[in-house]
This record gives sequence, C-alpha cells and structure tokens, in this order.
Amino acid sequence: MMSTTDIIDTLAGIEPGSPLDAIRARRLQARDNAQKSYLALFEPIDAVEFSLVERAAVAAFVTGLHGESPVAAFYREKLAAGAAALVEAVNAEIAQGKTTGPYGAFPPGPLSAEDETGLIYRVGADRKPALGARLAAALEHAHLLVFRPRDAASADMKALRSAGWSDTGIVTLSQLIAFLSFQLRVVSGLRTLRAASA
Amino acid sequence: MSTVNPPVVFTQDELGWVSWIDPLPEAELTERHFAGLVDRSRAKSEYFRLLVRDPEVLEARTKTDKDIFYNTADGLPRAERELAAAATSRYNGCIYCASVHARFASTYSRRRDDVQRLLDEGVGIDLGARWNAVVRASVALAATPVAFGPDNVAELRRAGLDDAEIVDVINSASFFNWANRLMLSLGEPSK
Repeated sequence: MMSTTDIIDTLAGIEPGSPLDAIRARRLQARDNAQKSYLALFEPIDAVEFSLVERAAVAAFVTGLHGESPVAAFYREKLAAGAAALVEAVNAEIAQGKTTGPYGAFPPGPLSAEDETGLIYRVGADRKPALGARLAAALEHAHLLVFRPRDAASADMKALRSAGWSDTGIVTLSQLIAFLSFQLRVVSGLRTLRAASA
Repeated sequence: MSTVNPPVVFTQDELGWVSWIDPLPEAELTERHFAGLVDRSRAKSEYFRLLVRDPEVLEARTKTDKDIFYNTADGLPRAERELAAAATSRYNGCIYCASVHARFASTYSRRRDDVQRLLDEGVGIDLGARWNAVVRASVALAATPVAFGPDNVAELRRAGLDDAEIVDVINSASFFNWANRLMLSLGEPSK
C-alpha cells in the first residue's frame, strides 16, 4: 500500500493549515520528493538487493543511535511490524553503539590536528548469529556513516561485499543511512522551530 | 583506474571525485536510469552513474536537492543556503562537498575571503552575527545526537531570519548530512 501522509510532517507534528504547513508548501517539490525518497527506500519496487526487513533494521539502528525521538520510535515500530524478533537485537546494538559525533580522521596533513578519536563500533561475535552476517556488516557500516563518515575508506566496500552485499545493494544501503540522517534532522529542526513559535 | 591525488586541506578549487565501486557504464543506461538522473547530462558524472544504480532514490534525492537550493523565489538568499551546506561539510569533514558549496557561497555572497576563512579555520570563526547564526545552526544540526535547539532559533531570529528562512537553513543543512555521507563513503576526492 502506498503511504499517503507526509512522513516528515507527521513526525514533526505539523498540522494542515498551520504556519509551518504554509512554509513547507513553499518548497513543495522538496517536500514531495523527501516523501518520495522515503517511499523509494521503504516501499521500493525492487528489494532484491536489500530486503525490507534489512531496511527496517538499519533504519531502527540509525535513528536509535541519534537518541530517543518520534523518528526512532517510528522506525522501531516498522521493524517490530516486519521482524519482531530483531527488535531486541537491534536495541542491544544501539546501546552498544551510542556515542557523540562527528569524529574521525582527516587525510594526513595539516588537518590531522583536527582528528578526533572515538568508538570504532563492531558487532560482537556472540551477537552476530542473531543478526546474520549481512545485517551485522550493514550495522557496522551504518555506525561508521552516522558518527565518523570522514573515516570511510574503500576497504569498507570490501567488508560489505565479503558479507554478501552487491554493488547496487551498497548504493541503496548508503542512500538509506544518508537519507535518514537528513530526514531525522529536518524533523528535529521543525519540531524545535514549532516549539519556539508556540 | 586513474591515480588518486587526494586533497589534504579544504579548498575552493575544483576537485574530481573517484568512485570506489563501479558506476554503471554510460552505454547501459536505460530510460529508467535517465529518469533517475533527472538531467541527461549527469550521465557524464561518475558519481551520478554510481547513484543511478538505484534510480528511484536518486531521482527523488535530486529533486529534493534542487528545490532546497535553487528555489529562491522567496526565503533565504542562495548565498546563505550554500553557506549552510559549506559549514555542514566543513564540520562533517567532506572536503569535496565543501569545495563545491564554498565556491557557490563565494559566488553568491561575494565574500570569498570569509568563506575561505571558514574552510581554513573551521566552523568556530567569527563571520558576523548573521553568518555566525547560520553556521552555528548548521553545526548543531550536524551533531549526533542533534544539538539544534531553541537557542539556535533565537539566534537566527535575532540575526533577522524569519521562520521561512529558518526552514531553509534547516533544509539546507540537513540535506548536506545526506550528501556528505554519500560523497565520503562511496569514493574520494582527487585534485
């Protein structure tokens, strides 16, 4: 079934006819295509390279890493609806992976003075069976992109491939993580603005 | 594969970008792919021929991007949308994204030296009340967990932004948390 309600407006609590609804309507193409991005990622026409359950699990992980919010609750519920057995495992990974970002290293040179170290998150061997190799690799990659995107390297592509990800699957996985980084911030920003205008 | 010569500082120079996984060959693109590219000329770009492996997501992403940055019929001036993009990229560490959007910020603001200081010295520099408010809001939005709060809204309002302009800041900065993560994780810049 196609979703008809705008997911950002819903999660940000923007009511039809409100001042922020009118402001959002001035960027109608952006509003509509943020929604289409969500649909293309979570109700895709082709999920062969990246299953719907994997998408929901990565989304619950990515949004959960940002702290509790309506967005995190939304994707946690999506995962619960698709694969309830994974919710506990993903919640455990969120607890393991939570930190503050961005951090990481710049290319060696003058910027190295700005390098910041932080958690290099890996799924523990004891927890891998519950997730499977593909999903464990996806969560490790998601953590990299959420907290230390400047650390990303070509070797990370190899790690995903070794876990069974195709090149097209890697592109969609990357888009999903990156899109959620956008969606979550728009929702957070709009909620803050709405509260400041009350 | 061509030799990569990665930049080691933030710059407004034009950079190349080299993919770590194979883009689709131009000869294999179908109408579904061209719809995803939105502009047919983007078939020449390695980055877009990589992202077009998922054409529906690329199409929606591209149209979101264009409206946030190019729809200047009202709202925040283009220069300050580009400033938000450049500041976000500087903070997240995307040298490629920062180069493109710092150039745009310079072009539209005619404050090239100030933009260069942002690149050279980082997001903590003083660029005057209005730009400081935009940069600080962008940085707060880029943090994980998100640190954007009522103080950022108040600072943007004191700097003269109305709520529609503040939504443009939120959209522009948030969008670069999307763009930065793609450019940083699927390939690398090259001089």
